[in-house]
Amino acid sequence: MKASNPLWKNLLAGRIAEPLASEIDQFETEIELRKQGKIDEKVFAETRLRRGAYGQRYDNGQRHDGTDSRKLPFADKPTKGPGTIWDAPGMLRIKVPFGGVTPEQLELMAEVAEEYSDNIAHVTTRQDFQLHFIHIENAPALMRRLGSVGITTREACGNSVRNVTGCPLAGVCACETFDVTPYARALTYFLLGHPDAQDFGRKFKPAFSGCADQPCGLAYMHDLGVIAATREVDGKVQRGFRILVGGGLGAVPRQARVLTEFAPVEELLPLAQAISRVFGRHGEKRNRNAARIKFLIDKWGIEKFREEVFAERAKLRPDPRWTDYLDAALKEAEKPSRPGADLPAVPKGNERLARWVKSNVRPQRQKGYYTATVALPLGDITADQLRDLADIVRRFTAGTLRTTVDQNFLIRWVSGADVVALFEALEAAGLGDAGAGNIFDITACPGTDTCKLGISSSRGLAGELRTRLAAKSFTMDQAIQDLHIKVSGCFNSCGQHHVGDLGFYGNSRTVNGFRVPYFQVVLGGQWENNAGAYGLPIVAIPSKRVPEAIDRITGFYLEQRQKQESFHDFIKRVGKAPVRKLLDPLAENLPSPEQDPGFYNDWGDPRQYSIGDIGKGECAGEVVTRYQFETTAAERMVFEAQLMLEDGRAQFAGEEAYRAMLRGAKALVQMQYDDVTDEPAEIVQEFRERFVDTQLFFDQFAGPKFAAYLFDAHAAVGRKFTADLAHQQITEAQLFIEAVHNCHNRLRSEPAKA
Amino acid sequence: MELQHLVARLPVEGELKMNPADCVNLFHRWVAGQTMPEMLVDVAELLHVPAGPGVIAVGHEADYALDRTGGNWAILYRRKTPEDGTNADRVARVLASASAAAALIEAEFSGQIAVSRNRFEIVVNDRALAPNRSETFAAAEADLKEGIARFLGHSDFTIAPQGGDARRRFSVIGESKKTFSIGTAA
Repeated sequence: MKASNPLWKNLLAGRIAEPLASEIDQFETEIELRKQGKIDEKVFAETRLRRGAYGQRYDNGQRHDGTDSRKLPFADKPTKGPGTIWDAPGMLRIKVPFGGVTPEQLELMAEVAEEYSDNIAHVTTRQDFQLHFIHIENAPALMRRLGSVGITTREACGNSVRNVTGCPLAGVCACETFDVTPYARALTYFLLGHPDAQDFGRKFKPAFSGCADQPCGLAYMHDLGVIAATREVDGKVQRGFRILVGGGLGAVPRQARVLTEFAPVEELLPLAQAISRVFGRHGEKRNRNAARIKFLIDKWGIEKFREEVFAERAKLRPDPRWTDYLDAALKEAEKPSRPGADLPAVPKGNERLARWVKSNVRPQRQKGYYTATVALPLGDITADQLRDLADIVRRFTAGTLRTTVDQNFLIRWVSGADVVALFEALEAAGLGDAGAGNIFDITACPGTDTCKLGISSSRGLAGELRTRLAAKSFTMDQAIQDLHIKVSGCFNSCGQHHVGDLGFYGNSRTVNGFRVPYFQVVLGGQWENNAGAYGLPIVAIPSKRVPEAIDRITGFYLEQRQKQESFHDFIKRVGKAPVRKLLDPLAENLPSPEQDPGFYNDWGDPRQYSIGDIGKGECAGEVVTRYQFETTAAERMVFEAQLMLEDGRAQFAGEEAYRAMLRGAKALVQMQYDDVTDEPAEIVQEFRERFVDTQLFFDQFAGPKFAAYLFDAHAAVGRKFTADLAHQQITEAQLFIEAVHNCHNRLRSEPAKA
Repeated sequence: MELQHLVARLPVEGELKMNPADCVNLFHRWVAGQTMPEMLVDVAELLHVPAGPGVIAVGHEADYALDRTGGNWAILYRRKTPEDGTNADRVARVLASASAAAALIEAEFSGQIAVSRNRFEIVVNDRALAPNRSETFAAAEADLKEGIARFLGHSDFTIAPQGGDARRRFSVIGESKKTFSIGTAA
């Protein structure tokens, strides 16, 4: 595609490490073979995914233009995978292990963002970079250029070991047990391309944290969570890790479970290898919706999983790589480039500097040195800013910089004497925004901007909230400033909505015959303690009313808060019912499109939202009324289940969530069969025959996943619910009801099937 | 030397009086109507990034944008796929494409945006083909001038390479002594 693509191979010869250089050559060949039809499209899809080349919205060649879904006039070429147009632009995910990035790498990112993308590099919630609108045929040249500065995209996507994330404060944090950086690096390169990590049914995400109670590593929400720990043996301090497995967000989140309370550092890599072998051999392969390692642990229980892992560990042949790095790891330490000094007092009258220092600067463990957060709007940075940042990092440090899971950068080893000059340099580059970790430093996934799974505009909402909250945040109570907002465009939770103080995930509703973008409000999550608790959705409200919802919730918190009570503790104490009561009026009574068309399009997108779902006149009003009645009741029941869970009545909560699913299923069945009774077996049977066997209830991407939630719950009637199990059932019930809405919307917008 | 993947920027004169976000709607209409010669596939709104790419009509062969790179508003045309013809052909064409887009945007937001009639910038968006150094300008100058003259219809203009930082892309800033018409094809 780019005229220079063939040139880069020669220009960079000898500058790309093996086997990366050969792998990129192979990928280039595979692209050519796919063009010739000599590689199956499914195989090629997984091949490109494992190279980091991901799909993007409209890659099926269809686009809703505000009046209809139309074909984009792409040329008729082979596909990049099922339903994926060859020439459609895609996303390239670029791995940044533990977020560590050098000035040279920033400069290279600037080059490729300009030449292949839209002049923007996006920092993700897993410390990666993403470039959008990349043409597949440019990918090998782009990868070679990245490879020349030691960056790979290998296994950034697909069913593989994803980026190994790590606390960006590792090595400089005052509260860490020890620096996890060398161990995270060792795990990254040990598992990259490892034969035991090539046959997973789904992705596998590892994360490192230096301490148990801070959120920086988010260890509990990862497939493999590694937390630094020590113990004393024969009077000597021994380094090791608390190892967690089976955590994950996604539609139905799980807290990771403890595989072992302490594994010596020598055991980190062999245990990770053993976990990979167990996951690869026993994890689900056919049903991708149940293929993450968390489902294997659900199925087996942690005890059996642990037994299998340690049995596998005992069988492994020793590998020198397990320990080769350890001596160097103990000696490894970043160094400053300038002498340390205390932070001087901020000159009076410099309000911007004062705010920035307060929110973005933090003392390191090492006296006289500080970290400074570069807060990026929505994780985005331009090519010019990347070069400026490279210059700044070189000027003030020895090149010590990390990306963060908050989609920001963290500059490390800044002398206190340089903090003011650093701020001025960042300001000149447009990178001096205060408010890192503040309520307006919002995390958002790409959502409908570029992701083909997005339902509502997460970036649009986050951008709007950022603008509104930034304007007033510094006058807000500190308790409000400290809240974390996390936004996902759908239930898959790439925006980490489960662990925000205020989480939102996109969905939609049909109102006045038109589809309206909505967001579920998720409360009860906890960012601290390595993502120590997951929230639950309490009510769906129109996207355009989310700012008002935040005002109401934060106002209520300020009014009712006890002393220094955290938001998480506050929600636990007062329960979700009073918050729901505050928000209920926002969920209803939307003006008509004629009165206020703004509700019927999404943030930053003037097209009418999903106008293809207009269903006016296709259904009898009476049926719609009954449907609405039933699904409203189902949603209420899910919420009541949450309240029961809050009261410690897990058994009732789990059972109520099951009954909510039945009610939702009945709402659909009644559209075809008026006389269905309230008998659960009959509802389930009718639902299965009419909506599942006919595939009417199938999700475009998830297939029958949501129907399975009902069937599984029905098959397990009478089981005992723990709090965790009830939490899971409530989440599944909410997703099932979302799927009911989606099915209903589809049926209303499509001609009835014969 | 082969000049491909050219970018043309026509700077906005004076203050931008329109809301740049209004370009989102316009560009969606361009996508829906396939208004431009290239296939447009999406609209990217990046106004939250200061001095950034603004609003882009993302295309397969080329992008159009209301761009604010460097802090100054401009109408941008960015060629992504290689083009046939001589270097001069491509230079003339990229200026004409930016000019055509500028005419449509000016017409849409009448009185709220005015694009320069005598200043322009050309960037070669490919460091392998055109590294940012004096040798590149020496090799490309004649072709650049020929293409620009063809677009302007005269040779009464100057161009200056934007050297300095070798990390940046090769580019030239141009100034015509006579005003040129917006929307004219090469």
